[in-house]
Amino acid sequence: MGGRRFSLDWLGAIPFLAYVAAFLILPSAIVGVGAFLDANNSFTLDNFVHLSRSYIVTSTIETTFVSAVTALLGASLGALLSYAIVTGSPNGLLRRLVVSASGVLAQFGGVTLAFAFIASIGPAGFVYLFAQSHGVDYYAHGIWLFDLPGLNLVYLYFQIPLMVLVFLPALDGIKPQWREAAESLGGNTWHYWRHIAGPLLFPAFLGAVLLLFANSFSAYATANALINQGQPMLSQQIAGALSSEVGAYEPGFAKAIAIQMIVIVTVVTVLYTVLQRRTSRWL
Amino acid sequence: MALTRSVQRTRRLKLQAFRIAIFALAAVFFLIPLSAMVEFSTRANNGSRTLEYWQSITTYPEMTDAIVASLQLAVITSLVMLVLLVPTMVWVRLKLHRLNRIVEFICLLPLTIPAIVLVVGLFPMYIWLGTNLSDSILTLALAYVVLVLPYCYRALDAGLGAIDVKTLTEAARSLGAGWFTVMWRIIVPNISNAILNATLLSVALVLGEYTIANNLLYNNLQVELVHLGRASAGTSIAVAVGSLFFAFVLLVAIAFVGGRPRRQRADPVAAVAGPLQASQA
Repeated sequence: MGGRRFSLDWLGAIPFLAYVAAFLILPSAIVGVGAFLDANNSFTLDNFVHLSRSYIVTSTIETTFVSAVTALLGASLGALLSYAIVTGSPNGLLRRLVVSASGVLAQFGGVTLAFAFIASIGPAGFVYLFAQSHGVDYYAHGIWLFDLPGLNLVYLYFQIPLMVLVFLPALDGIKPQWREAAESLGGNTWHYWRHIAGPLLFPAFLGAVLLLFANSFSAYATANALINQGQPMLSQQIAGALSSEVGAYEPGFAKAIAIQMIVIVTVVTVLYTVLQRRTSRWL
Repeated sequence: MALTRSVQRTRRLKLQAFRIAIFALAAVFFLIPLSAMVEFSTRANNGSRTLEYWQSITTYPEMTDAIVASLQLAVITSLVMLVLLVPTMVWVRLKLHRLNRIVEFICLLPLTIPAIVLVVGLFPMYIWLGTNLSDSILTLALAYVVLVLPYCYRALDAGLGAIDVKTLTEAARSLGAGWFTVMWRIIVPNISNAILNATLLSVALVLGEYTIANNLLYNNLQVELVHLGRASAGTSIAVAVGSLFFAFVLLVAIAFVGGRPRRQRADPVAAVAGPLQASQA
């Protein structure tokens, strides 16, 4: 009796489990196994040896650099914006609008964000035309918007909103009573931030930096829409090895780069989770 | 007494100045590129304003096809997601409690697998699908369901957490309702807000999807935007700004329609926030 009910109950979860097995677990397994196979489906480690090709090493370094810069800048600026929001009304119009807009910018428009910058500060954008007519040519040494500096700037456009989304809950957890308590004991603003709010928020901040790092490390749409010459980002290298357009169809190699990416992202995410747990003990 | 009051006043003034400065800077950084898209898409060659680019959208059949395809994908993805997720989540709450953690883990897993990695694994699968079943762009919906899983799971989890699924179901069952009636007439009406949130989120995500479609060589809205951007930047930017505002309207709708100000966990827009809440739960 007990055994029969047990199996019948499990039937209810089968459609869901079958679906994720087919479209989440299977593709992951294809990447995981395929990275160790050559064109004839026999075992090889060559795909991983190829990771030492100079353009992959360069891509890895540049992707890491862009991710680190945009994570640190995005987190700092996003934290300031979050603080400005959280000191306002908790259910106010401003807060709802900013949070909704952050949701859109952080998640839904990789291609569009690239377009937004091309239309504004790009060579035909009104900001550039305006600056140019006033004697300032910020592209005098080349159009940096379509290169790594531009990528940093455009990435900030989704990193700052993501920071707002992840950091607001932490700031909401700060209780005004703590400040009052600090003041009643004779502490000033500096003491409060140095000894109370700072240490409490620091793990949350560090965790957010890691999340932002993982976010831009795996971003693809913005980079691909902005930079169509050369493929500086690691995600573009994966796409390049996957497509036959460049004449370099190397599915096994694509899987090896994918694994390299996922190892880095996983390490960062695990650290993030550890820090998050530490934060949630207090906030 | 008077002293502390004046200290508090100057502090409040300082805070206000800080807030205004930050919001002004944020407005400059975020609104200039957005308004530039509007400006660019209405700029005529002689410097005056024109709606030519907006009107010309319909003269690019590839673009209108892509828009239609993306809208269809959004509908199909949302439907499959709801049919798959809602009954499973209810069932797990009622009968399979030990599976709860596993389902949550699976649903949040796509957050840690970059889309570009997922696409590498999907690539051979879609080659097989294309030769054996169908090479229609609508097959992308199968992959998109996985993509929207984390966001929809959070939205629905918040909705189901706010009602007493067990009591409601037992009451309905004891009055003779079948499982279908329980789902359709008891559970669904009670979590209608959460269902709306999950649907709007998945629509917005599907309309903005580029990575998977581009690498599986399907022309959805975003892929076509990039193609068209090389031929007619003005038209392409017109479509881009249109779709961005559409997504924004959807999310504002979530914030206002679904946003009875409950606790943080039920805040639907916070569901977009990424793994944060997952690790807190």
